[in-house]
Amino acid sequence: MAKVEDVPLGGRGTDVLWPDEISTGDLETQEMVLNVGPQHPATHGVFRLLATIDGEVLVDADPIIGYMHRGYEKLVEARDYRQITQLVSRMDWLSGINNELPMWLAVEKLMEIEVPPRAQYMRVIMCEMNRILNHLMFFASFGAELGAITPTFYAFREREDIQYALEMATGGRMHFGFMRAGGLKEDVPAGFYRQTLKGVRQVIERLDQYENLLIGNEIFKERTIGIGVLNKEDAQSFGVTGPIARGSDIDADVRKDEPYLVYDQFDFNVHTAPNGDCFDRFWVLLHEVVESARIVEQAIEALPSGPILGKVPRVIQPPPGEVYVRTENPLGELGFYLISDGDKNPYRMKIRTPSYNNVSVLPVVLKNTFVADMIAILGSFFFVLGDIDR
Amino acid sequence: MPDFIANFELTPWWILGIKLAVVLTIVPLGSLIGGYALHKELGHLQHRLGPMHAGGFHGWAQTLADGIKFILKEDIIPAKADAPVFKFAPVMIYVPIVLLYTVIPVDSKLIVEDLDVGLFFLLAVGSIPVIGTLMAAWSSANKYALIGGLRAAAQLIAYELPIVLSAAVVAMLAGSLSVIDIVEAQNWAFVIWPPGIGLIAFLIFLAGAMAEMTMPPFDMPIAESEIITGPFTEYTGMRFIFSFFGAEMAHVVAFAGIAATLFLGGYKPIVPLEFLEVIPGFVWFLLKTMFMFFLMTWIRFTLPRLREDQLQKFAWKYLIPASLVLILAAGAWVLYAPEALWH
Repeated sequence: MAKVEDVPLGGRGTDVLWPDEISTGDLETQEMVLNVGPQHPATHGVFRLLATIDGEVLVDADPIIGYMHRGYEKLVEARDYRQITQLVSRMDWLSGINNELPMWLAVEKLMEIEVPPRAQYMRVIMCEMNRILNHLMFFASFGAELGAITPTFYAFREREDIQYALEMATGGRMHFGFMRAGGLKEDVPAGFYRQTLKGVRQVIERLDQYENLLIGNEIFKERTIGIGVLNKEDAQSFGVTGPIARGSDIDADVRKDEPYLVYDQFDFNVHTAPNGDCFDRFWVLLHEVVESARIVEQAIEALPSGPILGKVPRVIQPPPGEVYVRTENPLGELGFYLISDGDKNPYRMKIRTPSYNNVSVLPVVLKNTFVADMIAILGSFFFVLGDIDR
Repeated sequence: MPDFIANFELTPWWILGIKLAVVLTIVPLGSLIGGYALHKELGHLQHRLGPMHAGGFHGWAQTLADGIKFILKEDIIPAKADAPVFKFAPVMIYVPIVLLYTVIPVDSKLIVEDLDVGLFFLLAVGSIPVIGTLMAAWSSANKYALIGGLRAAAQLIAYELPIVLSAAVVAMLAGSLSVIDIVEAQNWAFVIWPPGIGLIAFLIFLAGAMAEMTMPPFDMPIAESEIITGPFTEYTGMRFIFSFFGAEMAHVVAFAGIAATLFLGGYKPIVPLEFLEVIPGFVWFLLKTMFMFFLMTWIRFTLPRLREDQLQKFAWKYLIPASLVLILAAGAWVLYAPEALWH
């Protein structure tokens, strides 16, 4: 497996032509405004980028969001918590379970519900499986954006086994709706562990293939190393989290820093990479897949028996109060700030989603790049539209 | 019996007409088969089935169904487009590709016209489609199309040279521009003998051909994740087929045939062994063409896309100097290599 140290440092190499070093001579050039999106294949949905280009050089880029705003934060004030869990799973649609979790953690914290250990382990297993699914999806789309479509199908092959295991347990493939206050809806069916381990071990085993196919490829390195550098200071001041922040050398992972559920029981690494370019972000993403797979293996090994659902009142009605819970969503830090007035609906629920903060740094990174790099950078920012506009 | 049948004479005009009819049948047929092969190859490379239902057996009718779908699509011409140019561009792209088929020798006698300057004709006609691409780009009145068109123009200039120079190597080795003579000169296919020279020329030609057909990793002009489909963004229905999908397939099959002719010994066995001569020439040619087709699509679906400046750098810094050196080497070989080593 390639180490990040093996790769030359990002920054201005002598062999790379940088956009602002291009001389136009006596030619008079004109800037042109190009609308990238809202419908564009590289924007994963209705994301719009108002790009000012001069030939192939991107002079300025202004991300415009809001095309998919569904008013969830207001909507949840008129829904009870069972319904909200379905709504929030549609924010970051690639990782439904990871979205449901912090919402229930907030409710459980307010209501002081004891979650049985088996349910806690099971939640970890499902969240990590979901994280693998999410990361493989971005692996797939990043390859496709750089013009290599075969990795897409490799990733989907691997996704299928894990997807099937989750389907066995929850009946869903995308919006699982499996979390309940105090645990999970029901225990997993027979064959779940075997299917899960099969999928997870396959991922670990086959990751070398992916490395060979993409990361080891010279063209891939040319396209990503030193491209779209996000430095540590910018990342911190814009509140960037998740694999993107870790790609910029920020060693932050809520699972490690402020363990929730039973994450402190497992042995896993938080990968960081020093350069903050597209390659490093992608490298971090790919290696997190292995860590997640390791966590799933360990959790299945240590899975205690017992009830899957704690003692919960019939109507979920948290007492008045407020609570903030943050978890590590596959894309970054996901926070739920919940204020309850004792009703069965929340009084206010402010959701801090990772993609929103992550894309806010895009103008800084996109300035003075090539049009083709713009696509690589957008792809390496791993955002989900529903997570930006919710 | 009517008079015109009784008095029928097989004049050269008739022969030409029949030959052209055959070519005009083979081109769409070739692209259909090519499209199907592409589906299947992709399916196997990417661990998936590919289209399996249309037609029953392994989805053999899928490309046909795709074609029919495109025929039924609405033909849209954008309001601000330069309509005559916009309509004519697909013709400009497709016709030269059809013309390519006329000088590819399928067998020693199976060739529409053995021109004395066959190789020259191939190279000249093979680069005309880019003009159609530029017409499409400019007339579409679309910014993405414009960017794609500019990229295509830059790419043509950069990659025409390596193709011509590597083909010049072949012409020097064969001592002729006639494609039949080139094939006849290859007792050992050029890719094997003369050692090194032929192989490097072949690789340069392959890179240049893939760039000229805008296949990944050289597909910046159409880069679908960046600029939609570049010059063809505004095209729909049959025009889209003739400017993009169908044209691309026909172009790939044609270039596979050209590469097979120039470097793999065309309709002759790849090495001069007695027992290989049993296999008829056109089978050899088809096998080699299929191999070339496979090779090109294999590369195409494995590698990511280069960036515009990297592509230019690759052409000007590596391919063109390499092919110039190669011409010197070929010249030295032709002048100084002892006769016994020639074939």
